[in-house]
Amino acid sequence: MNALIEAVMPHLIIAPILLPLVAAALMLFMSEQQRYWKALINVSASLLGLLIALALLARVHGNGTPSAIGIYLPANWDVPFGIVLALDRLTALMLLITAIVGLAAVLFSSARWHRAGVHFHTLVQIQLMGLNGAFLTADLFNLFVFFEVTLAASYGLLLHGSGRAGVKAGLHYIAVNLLASSFFLVGVAMLYGVTGTLNMADMAQKIPLVPEGDIGLMHAGAAILALAFLIKAAIWPLNFWLVPAYSAASTPVAALFAIMTKVGIYALLRLWMLFFPSGTDGATPFGAEVLVAGGLATLAFGALGVIASQQLRKVAAFSLLVSSGTLLAAIGLNQAALTGGMLFYLFSSTLSISALYLLIELVERAGRPEADVLRADDGSQPLPFTVEAAPAIGEANLDDDEEALIGRPIPAAMAFLGLAFMLCVLLIAGLPPMSGFMAKFSMLSALLAGGEVATGGWVLLVLMLVSGLLTTIALSRAGIRHFWTTHADTPPRLRLIECLPIAALILVCALCVLRAGPVLNYVHAAADGLHQPASYIGAIMTARPVPGVLRPGALP
Amino acid sequence: MEIIIALAIGVMAGSGVWLLLRPRTFQVIMGLSMLSYAVNLFIFAMGSLSIDKEPIVVPGMVPDLLHYTDPMPQALVLTAIVIGFAMTALFLVVLLASRGLAGTDHVDGEDGDL
Repeated sequence: MNALIEAVMPHLIIAPILLPLVAAALMLFMSEQQRYWKALINVSASLLGLLIALALLARVHGNGTPSAIGIYLPANWDVPFGIVLALDRLTALMLLITAIVGLAAVLFSSARWHRAGVHFHTLVQIQLMGLNGAFLTADLFNLFVFFEVTLAASYGLLLHGSGRAGVKAGLHYIAVNLLASSFFLVGVAMLYGVTGTLNMADMAQKIPLVPEGDIGLMHAGAAILALAFLIKAAIWPLNFWLVPAYSAASTPVAALFAIMTKVGIYALLRLWMLFFPSGTDGATPFGAEVLVAGGLATLAFGALGVIASQQLRKVAAFSLLVSSGTLLAAIGLNQAALTGGMLFYLFSSTLSISALYLLIELVERAGRPEADVLRADDGSQPLPFTVEAAPAIGEANLDDDEEALIGRPIPAAMAFLGLAFMLCVLLIAGLPPMSGFMAKFSMLSALLAGGEVATGGWVLLVLMLVSGLLTTIALSRAGIRHFWTTHADTPPRLRLIECLPIAALILVCALCVLRAGPVLNYVHAAADGLHQPASYIGAIMTARPVPGVLRPGALP
Repeated sequence: MEIIIALAIGVMAGSGVWLLLRPRTFQVIMGLSMLSYAVNLFIFAMGSLSIDKEPIVVPGMVPDLLHYTDPMPQALVLTAIVIGFAMTALFLVVLLASRGLAGTDHVDGEDGDL
C-alpha cells in the first residue's frame, strides 16, 4: 500500500487536470435522462478533486522547507522545451479555492438547476479542468489554452437555463473575452519574439538579459498580455461586461464564476512577480503604478455600484469588483506582507461571494419575487422602496389573526436563511468576527507596518474601509427588505442539498478564523515564495526528465 | 516582405476593430474574425520571416536559425487557429439565439434611436 502511494504521489500534480477531464468525458456518453447518475459522477469527481487539492496543499506545505515546489513534466521532455506543471503554495491555494467553490456549486445545482439545460455537469467539469490547468501550468502558451478551455465552458454555463437577458449578456461576454484572447495571443507572441521561449521560468531568466533596444518591445508585449488578464480580472474601465453577465447567470453558475475573475488576478500576480521582480535598488517595477491606480479605481467603482444597486444579484456582482480592485491594488503596492494578507482576502472573499450567490437564490424564493426590483434598477421607478410601497400592516407585532407575534417560533428555514445572510454580510463587508475582517486587518496592518506609506497605500486604506461601510449598508438594506417585510405566510421549503453548500462555505470561512495562525503562516509563506521567485525558477529549470521513459513522438 | 506583412496585419486589425464597434452582430463576428486573422499572421511573423527554409531538422544541415525557420510560431498559430475557429462557431450560435429571441440583430437586442 505504501509502495502504491509512493508510486502515485509524483503524478498527483496532474490529477486536478485529468480527473475533471475523465469525468467530463464519461458524462458525455450518458443521455440527459440519466441526470442523477451524472450528478452523482459530478459530485464525486468534485469531492475527489477537493481531496486531491487538500493532499497537494499538505504536500507543498507539509515538509516544512521554505520553498517546497512540485514539478511535473507531462510529456517527459527537457525543461525549456516541453510543457511543465509547477505546484507551489499559491497554486495549491488556488486549486483548493477552485475545488471548494466547484463542489459547492455542483451540490447546489443538483437540487434543481441542472435540469434547466443540457450538458450542465459536463461543462462544470470542463470548467474545473481549465481552471486547475491554468493554475498549474508554467508555460505561457499552455496558460492560453487552459484559459480558452475555461472560457469555452463558461460560455456554455452562462447560457445555461437563461432567457433573453442571459443571451444578451452572454453575447457581450463572449465578444469581450474573444477580444481579450486576441490581446493574450499578441502579448505572448511579442514576448516570444523578444525572449525566444514560452516557459515562464525560462522567460523570467531571459528578461533581464534583453538588449537595450528590445526593452521597449518587451514592455509593450508584457503590457498587452497584462491587458488580457486585466480584462478578465475586471479592472475599471474594462469591467462593464461583468455585472450584467453575472446577474443573468443562474446562481450556481454565478457562484462558480466567483473564481473566474481570480484567474486573471492569479496570472497577473504570477507573471508580474516572475518577470519584473522588485530588485534590490528599490525602484518601482514596471507597471506598478497602473496596477495600483486601476485597482483603486475598480475598488471605488465597485463600492459605488454596491450602494447604488437594489437587486441582491447586482450587489454581489459589484462586491466581486470591490474584491478585484482590492486585490489588484494590493498586488501593485508590491510588499511581501501585504501580498500575504491579500491572498487571505482572495480566499475569504471568493468563498463568501460564492456563498452569497447561492444564498440569493433561496432568499429570492422565500421572499417576494424580485420582479419589481428588476424594474427599480432599470431606473423606471425613481424611488423604488419607499415606506408607502410596503403593504400596510397595521400594528407591527400582530399577525393576520390579530394575535401577538411575540413568543412564536421563527420557522427553521427562515432562521437559517437569516443567519446565513447575516454571516455573509459580515464576511463580505469585512466585519469581525468573520474571516473577511481577519483578511482586511492583516492587509491594513501590513500596509501600516512598512513604515512610510505611499499615497496609493493611504487611498487603498480609506477605500477599503469606505467600501466595507457601503457594503454593510447595501446588504443590510437588502436584508431588511427581504427578511423584515411581510410576505407569504408559508415558510419557504429548503432542501438540505441546497443549504449544505452555503453552510459549508461559511463554515470554511469560520474555520479560517479559528485556525487563523496556520492560515496566516501559509499565505505569508506563499507570498514570500512569490516575492523571491528564484526558488520557483530554480526548481523548474533544474527539473530533469525521468530516465528510461520514452517520450511521445521521440525517435526510439 | 516585412512591409507587406506589416501592412496586411495593420489593415486587417484596423478593419477588425472598426467592424467590432459596429452595432450589428454579424459585423461584430466579422470583426472578431478579422482580428483573429491579424493576430495569427502576427504570431507567424514573430518567428522571423524567411523564405524557403525548413522548419524541421533535416540530416546534413547545421540545426540553427540561420538555416531553418523557427517552427515554434507555426505550431502556436495552428493551435490559435483551431481555438479561434471553435470560438467563432460558438459565438455564431449565440448570435443566432440572440437574433431569434430578440427579433433584431442589434448587439443590445433592441434597436435604439439609430
